[in-house]
Amino acid sequence: MNIAVVRFPGSNADWDALHAARDVLGADARYVFHLESSLGEADAVIVPGGFSYGDYLRPGAIACFSPIVPALRAFAERGGPILGICNGFQILTELGLLPGALTRNRQLRFECRDVWVRAEGRGPFTPAEGTVLRLPIAHADGRYHCDAQTLAELEDSGRIAFRYCSPAGEVTEDHPVNPNGSAGNVAGVYNERLNVMGMMPHPERSAEEILGNVDGLQIFESLRRHLSGACG
Amino acid sequence: MTPIRLPGDPRPSPALAAEYGLSAEEYGKVLEVLGREPTYAELGVFSVMWSEHCSYKSSRIHLARLPTTGPRVVQGPGENAGAVDIGDGFCAVFKMESHNHPSFIEPYQGAATGVGGILRDVFTMGARPIASLNSLRFGSPDHPRTRALLRGVVAGIGGYGNCIGVPTVGGEVQFDPSYDGNILVNAFTVGVAKTSQLFFGRAEGVGNAVIYVGARTGRDGIHGATMASAEFDDASERKLPTVQVGDPFMEKLLLEACLEIFAADCLEGVQDMGAAGLTSSSVEMAERAGTGLELDLDAIPRRTRNLSPYEMLLSESQERMLMVAKPGREHEVFERCQRWGLDAAVVGRVTDTGRFVCRATPGHDPLDARPVPRDPQIVVDIPIAELTAAAPRYDRPRRAPTTPPVAAGPAATTAAGGSCADTLLALLGSPNIGSRAWVWRQYDHIVRDGTVVRPGDGDAAVVRVFCEDGDRTLIKLLAMSVDVNGRHVQLEPRNGASMAVAECARNVLCSGAEPLGLTDCLNFGNPEKPEVMWQFAEAVEGIREACLALDVPVVSGNVSFYNETDGRAILPTPTVAVVGQLADPADRLAMAWRAEGDLVAHLGIPGRGGLGGSELLVQRTGQVCGEPVRIDLEAERALGQAMLALARAHVLSSAHDVSEGGLGCCLAECCVASGLGARVTLPGHGDADTEALLFGEEPSRIVVSFPAEHRARVESICAGHDVPCQAIGNVGGHTLAVDGVLEIPVASLTRAHASALDTIVGD
Repeated sequence: MNIAVVRFPGSNADWDALHAARDVLGADARYVFHLESSLGEADAVIVPGGFSYGDYLRPGAIACFSPIVPALRAFAERGGPILGICNGFQILTELGLLPGALTRNRQLRFECRDVWVRAEGRGPFTPAEGTVLRLPIAHADGRYHCDAQTLAELEDSGRIAFRYCSPAGEVTEDHPVNPNGSAGNVAGVYNERLNVMGMMPHPERSAEEILGNVDGLQIFESLRRHLSGACG
Repeated sequence: MTPIRLPGDPRPSPALAAEYGLSAEEYGKVLEVLGREPTYAELGVFSVMWSEHCSYKSSRIHLARLPTTGPRVVQGPGENAGAVDIGDGFCAVFKMESHNHPSFIEPYQGAATGVGGILRDVFTMGARPIASLNSLRFGSPDHPRTRALLRGVVAGIGGYGNCIGVPTVGGEVQFDPSYDGNILVNAFTVGVAKTSQLFFGRAEGVGNAVIYVGARTGRDGIHGATMASAEFDDASERKLPTVQVGDPFMEKLLLEACLEIFAADCLEGVQDMGAAGLTSSSVEMAERAGTGLELDLDAIPRRTRNLSPYEMLLSESQERMLMVAKPGREHEVFERCQRWGLDAAVVGRVTDTGRFVCRATPGHDPLDARPVPRDPQIVVDIPIAELTAAAPRYDRPRRAPTTPPVAAGPAATTAAGGSCADTLLALLGSPNIGSRAWVWRQYDHIVRDGTVVRPGDGDAAVVRVFCEDGDRTLIKLLAMSVDVNGRHVQLEPRNGASMAVAECARNVLCSGAEPLGLTDCLNFGNPEKPEVMWQFAEAVEGIREACLALDVPVVSGNVSFYNETDGRAILPTPTVAVVGQLADPADRLAMAWRAEGDLVAHLGIPGRGGLGGSELLVQRTGQVCGEPVRIDLEAERALGQAMLALARAHVLSSAHDVSEGGLGCCLAECCVASGLGARVTLPGHGDADTEALLFGEEPSRIVVSFPAEHRARVESICAGHDVPCQAIGNVGGHTLAVDGVLEIPVASLTRAHASALDTIVGD
């Protein structure tokens, strides 16, 4: 399993993603610098968290003009699995590879805390439907927004990957269950083809016993199962 | 050569010098050193290099007494940061610095650039920053400015650290009216480097190119170092243009480019442009190497038109570095800067003259469509030693206050009337003791996948570090804490400063780590006042005594004087941060009770009922008062050694030291962190007041819990170190019960604790 971690100049969870994929999951994982034009031989791509190009304009806005973007689009069009985490999710929505947008948190503050999400949609990155995971968030712009029609379509087509929920799995709108005011409590969504998924919580920062949480590993294990099924 | 006077430059005079912070006597020394009148640019250079901030002129003779050596010290004070050995050829590089005055004027940018500056100090040494802490002081919770200052400072620290991707893993916040007009923002960063690949701020090699890297120069922050060396008054807000503006994305580029440049081993030396910008970085690098330095100011990358030499030399624009390349290897620096999209330019050469020389073409501006043709003239020519080693140095008069501030306050403990339960809930829910979650949730405290003990969970943060050594990756665990309580320092500076060092080391020990080294950030009032200078000298002595007793060397530090507004000084606040190392991940400990039925024990000499300087007395009387509680450094040392042995024996479930709010708040915090209750008997002398035993802040005490089957081991380890160990109860139930004194549901404690900052932040 070969995983490419795209590295923009302001990526800062690039190490976290590389470490989780390489040292925890045991994949062949490597960085692909934003100035490159090819992803190389990759079975899956992670677009990690951070502040791509400073994100002073709008998170991910400038990343759309990055030299690596055509390769990323082509990989998505070929059906390759892409996981966008945090800033990666923001970038994928700016690229139009995922629907909706991520806006300033309802609290208008950066928020770093553990939250709970419930797996819903079925795709390469989601564990069994109904699985409740504890994962950390660390963002200022994570409030998912899309119009009502899009949200209904996402629900109907099983493209909502994760929703924020209580530790018991109940989806309620109150803070901190829904930590940022996301529409429909959306924490992660798939594209139409179900090969591109973006999520605000950080599974790569919660995949090891020493960090006190291994729930995030389930997302990477899902990918492993998906790839071994697809390849074998 | 005599430098030329540029048209339009003000004429230096004693009056102008005074405006820039040089006394009449100091200006006289400038004239004597140069043998002529300085140019305007030279006056600027002298005023910043001889400022308190850069020269340490009032503190130097006292700081020389601090213990700075030890078997684990790799680099002591004098470089951009200190370093201690963490084994296998790696070292931890750390330092703390203040950004008090800028943060009061513009809290977001002031705090943000404070973080940026300390990060650069650490990565300048060749270390990748792995964690940050901060120590914050604000005025009274109900002071009209406190809310906006707190919000701005926290947002600024988060805004910078979160973007560059260095986790902010802990810190401390205290509110006291003495900070109403002068808040404190002390920022700490630790990084990790291979010891053989540390970089130093040295301009070695005559003829080598001096390279400017990073953000372009603007007019921001001119005379920031001088501002940091003067008292505040009502006009201080007019100093807004001296506050710098931070660009954490630029710093991220600078960080990654620097680490790649360092890895290529093409540099002789490097230093960031911090306080006093281009001037201090050039002068200090040449001084350390015993060389000279010549700058061509026409070549300085700039973002603003018509910058004068004075402005270029004094600008404190952020995110800039000065490098000295090895001969012929400049291109390797340029290639890496280009990869990260950074400006870089050769702006000078190392010389053998021992002089700081700057040339500029009058009227030349490279940003002009058709610049005036270059014809550089000398505008600055100063012997470097006169700016550094020969800088003024004062043994300022010191005088103990005639009325020591120990006058016992009004009869505080008996007047209250309320129950101990009410008092505990009130203390736990007060801004100085309750939860800081509102603060640290705004910091990304988990980026880089290393935070093993998170903020609020333990007495110290614990961070896992990956040390890459060729094909091997070694994992190290570092613990860190930052502490001081200015109230105890106010009551008795020497004792209070010792208590700060002891508490900080104790916090690191309570996380299961061995303390390796300390950095300090000494925040005081106006050193020209003998009472302040006395506080300072006494506090330095207190740090010295504690560091010697506890075997913790001082490897770096910073002094911030003139923390006064309208003649009123802050509480003396010698902030210290200690870095320690865990031998094994299984040694780590946090404060939460772990299991029902575990025994609870009190380690150390039980309290005698001393309430001096405590939060309770301040709340009751509105003043810092009482007979100081005193530290016994020998007892502290023994307690620390027992604590480390217990952690390494893996017999404990939890550990938490007794500090602000006393034993009562300590026990409550263990309950809140775990959601578990406890039933205990209050240890201590029978004749002491119960309330004083519960809430007194006497040092050198730790509350631990452990499974009953480990009791004999725990007791024998403590006995082996001559440390009293008294079993006081058990973990369990839904209440915190102190026999015959109070019983409070854990849910009530949790609610009170969680709401501590609500009245200030409003949500």
